[in-house]
Amino acid sequence: MPIDKKQLQHLCKLARLTIEGKQENKFEQQLSEIVDYFEKLNKLDTKKVKPTAQTTGLLNITREDKVDDSLSQNEVLKNAPDKQEGFFKVKSVL
Amino acid sequence: MDFEKLTIPEIHKQFHEGKTSAVELVERAFEVIDKKEKDLGSFISLDREEALKAAEKVDKKIARGEELGILEGIPFALKGNIVMKDKIATCGSQILENFVSPYDATVVKKLKEAGAIVVGMSNMDEFAMGSSTETSFYKKTRNPHDQTRVPGGSSGGSAVAVASGEVVFALGSDTAGSVRQPAAFCGVVGLKPTYGAVSRYGLVAMASSLDQIGPITKNVTDCVLVQRIIQGPDARDSTCVKDKRNSSRYDLESIQNLGVKDLKIGVPQEYFEKGLDKKVKEKVEAVIKLLEKKGAKTEKVSLPHTDYAIATYYILSPAEVSSNLARYDGIRYGYSATVDPDKKTDDLLSVYLESRKEGFGNEAKRRIMVGTYVLSSGYYDAYYLKAQKVRSLIQEDFEGVFKKVDFLITPTTPTLAFKLGEKLDDPLQMYMSDVMTVPSSLAGVPALSLPCGIIEKDGKKLPVGLQLIGNYFEEAKLFQVACAIEKLVNK
Repeated sequence: MPIDKKQLQHLCKLARLTIEGKQENKFEQQLSEIVDYFEKLNKLDTKKVKPTAQTTGLLNITREDKVDDSLSQNEVLKNAPDKQEGFFKVKSVL
Repeated sequence: MDFEKLTIPEIHKQFHEGKTSAVELVERAFEVIDKKEKDLGSFISLDREEALKAAEKVDKKIARGEELGILEGIPFALKGNIVMKDKIATCGSQILENFVSPYDATVVKKLKEAGAIVVGMSNMDEFAMGSSTETSFYKKTRNPHDQTRVPGGSSGGSAVAVASGEVVFALGSDTAGSVRQPAAFCGVVGLKPTYGAVSRYGLVAMASSLDQIGPITKNVTDCVLVQRIIQGPDARDSTCVKDKRNSSRYDLESIQNLGVKDLKIGVPQEYFEKGLDKKVKEKVEAVIKLLEKKGAKTEKVSLPHTDYAIATYYILSPAEVSSNLARYDGIRYGYSATVDPDKKTDDLLSVYLESRKEGFGNEAKRRIMVGTYVLSSGYYDAYYLKAQKVRSLIQEDFEGVFKKVDFLITPTTPTLAFKLGEKLDDPLQMYMSDVMTVPSSLAGVPALSLPCGIIEKDGKKLPVGLQLIGNYFEEAKLFQVACAIEKLVNK
């Protein structure tokens, strides 16, 4: 299986997710099945094909560099679970 | 008044003739909701008082003899991932259970300005990831034609609200078929516009290179009228096309009357092969015959990379999901373990881990993990880059075929609506139900699903959806053909 327990826990670490107990086996099996299915793309020769990231062909969309209306500090913080003196409050990193 | 059967222009006329009022219409909508909601579960939240207040304003305008805009006073449902100022937008996820939006999505702003009335936020698969609306944290939504079956997804709540007469129209969002597939399963009309036609500002991001907002309506005329309002450039969405291609000046009269004479229909063979329900196939082929009788010319065409679309999509979309959903970290908004008395968090990492563990459901976790895998060191080239290249091939398929034909006709889904629970534990099987809608999403071309008949199964009458796919920004042509088909099928 392309995604074993070790790989699964590595992905959890990268994605800041927790999969444990019975869920581990289920995810291992389901993710492996999905990733195995991707193999079918290898039937195609894409050596000379350029990748597509978006379909509109738009390039470098910018606006004039001038001050515009935006949300107030209060509005932005309204949904914050933990805040102090107009800032988001964050636990220590280490 | 039996507004369930009326088109928006007919309701509009009734307003002006005094045959009904906006308040009456909104009250009628809530009457239907009160009666059906317990069984169908289309809505996550409802807003009765504000809807009635908005309706009263419209009625005052009518009383003053003012001319109403075409959508004025028309009740609609908003998919739960499109934000509205001061309202909760959950996206069907626990992680946004209490998220109150500080602003209006551009489509909401436009519809409010047009006078349409929001009735509530509709149920959906968590963060629009799903094809059955079963991954919602809040409830299951049932198909109104057979309550043991799914309504499709992810915009299942929106499709059911329209199909059951709870609202006149709804907005959905479509990343791989999330408007079209539920529209097909519920027997209503659903449009996925050209990528870049409608602003995504205020649509909670799932897969940004694919997401598009689109209308779900009872008929093609209503679809045109809603699309006319929501389409167009927006400075707040840099992916929304600003040049003259992106015009929403649809001429309803010509759309309704031009018919299909001399139009070239492409019938892509790959969509009529194995895996397609025989009866669904028969229904779609019957419509093709009817169109030929009306003077359309049909041609068999091939989109050779169709079979690779699902694999491509389920690499690219989870990759975008894994980065888009990184924002749910318990710091700025959404569920946070920091303030949950049942959780212990000592440092920043534990806030991330505990908040995301509690807040996300299994399908969201699965897709974040797949996305993380295909983007991770050592696998990026083999999966992500490879899929981006195959996406080019799929796009070229469509570009090539539209040099020969005006539009394509296919079934919207390979089967009828499936049973609740049937595919929930088999993600890959669930993904396969998008097989007919994914390719056009990857290419960014517009596609519309409309009902083309009914098949009886287990004593229930289940609708069949037909899909029309057009070239970039050729929604007008899709509408024109869809109108013609609607007339032929309803005869």
